[in-house]
Amino acid sequence: MTAQSTVIKAPGEKSAERSGGAGRAGKREGRRSEGTALNVFSHGFLVVWAIMIVLPLIWLALGAFKTDAQIGGSALSWPSNWHFDAFGRAWTKGIGGYFANTLIVLVFSVPLTMLFGSMAAYVLARYPFTGNRLIYYFFVSGAMFPVFLALVPLFFMVKRFDMLNTYQGLVLVYVAYSMPFTVFFMHSFFRTLPTAIHEAAVIDGASDTRIFFQVMLPMAKPGLISVGIFNVLGQWNQYILPAVLMQPQTSADPERYMLTQGLIQLQYQMGYETDLPVLFAGATIAMVPMLVVYLSFQRQIQAGLTSATLK
Amino acid sequence: MSHVAQRRGKYGFIAGFLFAPLALYLTFVIWPYVQTFGYSFTNWSGQSPTFDFVGTDNYAALLKDEVFRGALWHNLLLLVFVPLVTILLALFFAFMVNAGGRGGAGGVQGVGGSRFYKVVYFFPQVLSLAILSVLFGAIYRSDEGGLLNGFLTRMGVIDAAHPVEWLNEPDLVLWCLLLVVVWHGVGFYLVLFSAAMQSVPKDIYEAALLDGAGRAQTFFKVTLPLLWDSVQTSAVYLGIAAMDMFVLVSTMTSGQFGGGPDHHSEVMSTVLMRNFLYFGKSGYACAMGVVMLALTMILSVITLRATRRERIEF
Repeated sequence: MTAQSTVIKAPGEKSAERSGGAGRAGKREGRRSEGTALNVFSHGFLVVWAIMIVLPLIWLALGAFKTDAQIGGSALSWPSNWHFDAFGRAWTKGIGGYFANTLIVLVFSVPLTMLFGSMAAYVLARYPFTGNRLIYYFFVSGAMFPVFLALVPLFFMVKRFDMLNTYQGLVLVYVAYSMPFTVFFMHSFFRTLPTAIHEAAVIDGASDTRIFFQVMLPMAKPGLISVGIFNVLGQWNQYILPAVLMQPQTSADPERYMLTQGLIQLQYQMGYETDLPVLFAGATIAMVPMLVVYLSFQRQIQAGLTSATLK
Repeated sequence: MSHVAQRRGKYGFIAGFLFAPLALYLTFVIWPYVQTFGYSFTNWSGQSPTFDFVGTDNYAALLKDEVFRGALWHNLLLLVFVPLVTILLALFFAFMVNAGGRGGAGGVQGVGGSRFYKVVYFFPQVLSLAILSVLFGAIYRSDEGGLLNGFLTRMGVIDAAHPVEWLNEPDLVLWCLLLVVVWHGVGFYLVLFSAAMQSVPKDIYEAALLDGAGRAQTFFKVTLPLLWDSVQTSAVYLGIAAMDMFVLVSTMTSGQFGGGPDHHSEVMSTVLMRNFLYFGKSGYACAMGVVMLALTMILSVITLRATRRERIEF
């Protein structure tokens, strides 16, 4: 370290002599060399972890282009089959259907979550009334409890409504379980909106409902987008709820597996059928849309995350 | 807040807006939570409509259940190590990203490309646990086809003829799962801690540097105390995640709803699901749910108390 810094210091001092500030510039150079060493040190660790994240994901996707024998033979073999046939087989083996099922559920559950969550959060954030705090904590406390606490009665509750293995059943359950986070987040968001606009709208004769839909919701758009993305990710990746609620009830009942559930199904199935490229292709198909959503919205996601948890 | 509008119409509006969300939430979340307590005192099978009140029999049986006790122990191990390892790694990386750059005249700086690291580290967070299960199932394969075995064989660390059966080794399986959770979580907490670090005014760091504090000293004496609130919150979140573990254990390890080999990776949630869906012991499963809740509550209170410190305002 000392040897290194003297070497680096030398040209610094020479140039400093010319500018007439030898001592100061020399000191600065010394500090910079320490910084460089540290920079290399930090980058070293950071790069190793980045590789540990990216490499397995690429390796997984490459597996779709291998043969089954290649996958079993050596992990570090380069794929030989540069065709998309494994993706085609994965799609027809069920991934296509599971994908569609997940989309159908999310198309209803995410907007409903946002609507109901914002409605409740708005009223709780901006209208003082008796029991306001109580209802707020009631909603928010749900995030603290393990879902396993509810699982057994939930199953029989959904069964009683005759909604096991139905899209509408899962939609309602997703909406209900997304309430704590959505209400918590939107509550803090609605609190920050200015009251003057609200009052102006009242004077103009707008009703409370109208103010909500035409004034407040549009103003809350950044918040809605953040929470919306989180709900999409959360509901898309949900596993336990569909695993319990989306099982065919009779032999005539069609399979309505969600993507996560179906992927696990494929994992068992391909273990028996020894067609692992299909499994790797299936996992890649499930992985890519989420990475695309994330990369397109990463600023909102990271900003939303920090504002939600650091309050 | 507007008090201009008519009061009566306002209460109708409030009730109207709260009705649907509240009804859904009560029906599918709160009421099942409450029912679990009731069912936990019965011998309900789930299949038959009738059941008997058996008092605290289920809880007494839980105490004697070797499998459940093992699962409880594993959950407690995870409860300590998941938050510890994840938070330490995340703090280390967050400090590297935000203060690991060149010193120079500008004082403390982040490394170049810090944005890139934050984006990449967050990747695992957006993948479902089902994808993680497929991915790590392949990484931990017990032959040379597994990424870990293949890599270690190539490095000459392990003998090609005897690869490690990661998920079938009783002593290894739990730690292999722990690694997956850490791999999954570090990015999220890195981003969280980064944001907390960035909200700390720069001049605090510069004052510390002027006073001659080194990086390590700056970290322990300045950064960590200022971040304590978010560390605390993170510990609670990670603790709740460590209580769950259902997806990874049930899909990656052997046995009905996982837990193998020979219950060495068993956690409470897998025992619960097996009793509920496989053995048809709903009442018993409910009692486990209550124990999980109690532990979650105790954990949160302990974490918040044990890590309580004077709050630093800035």
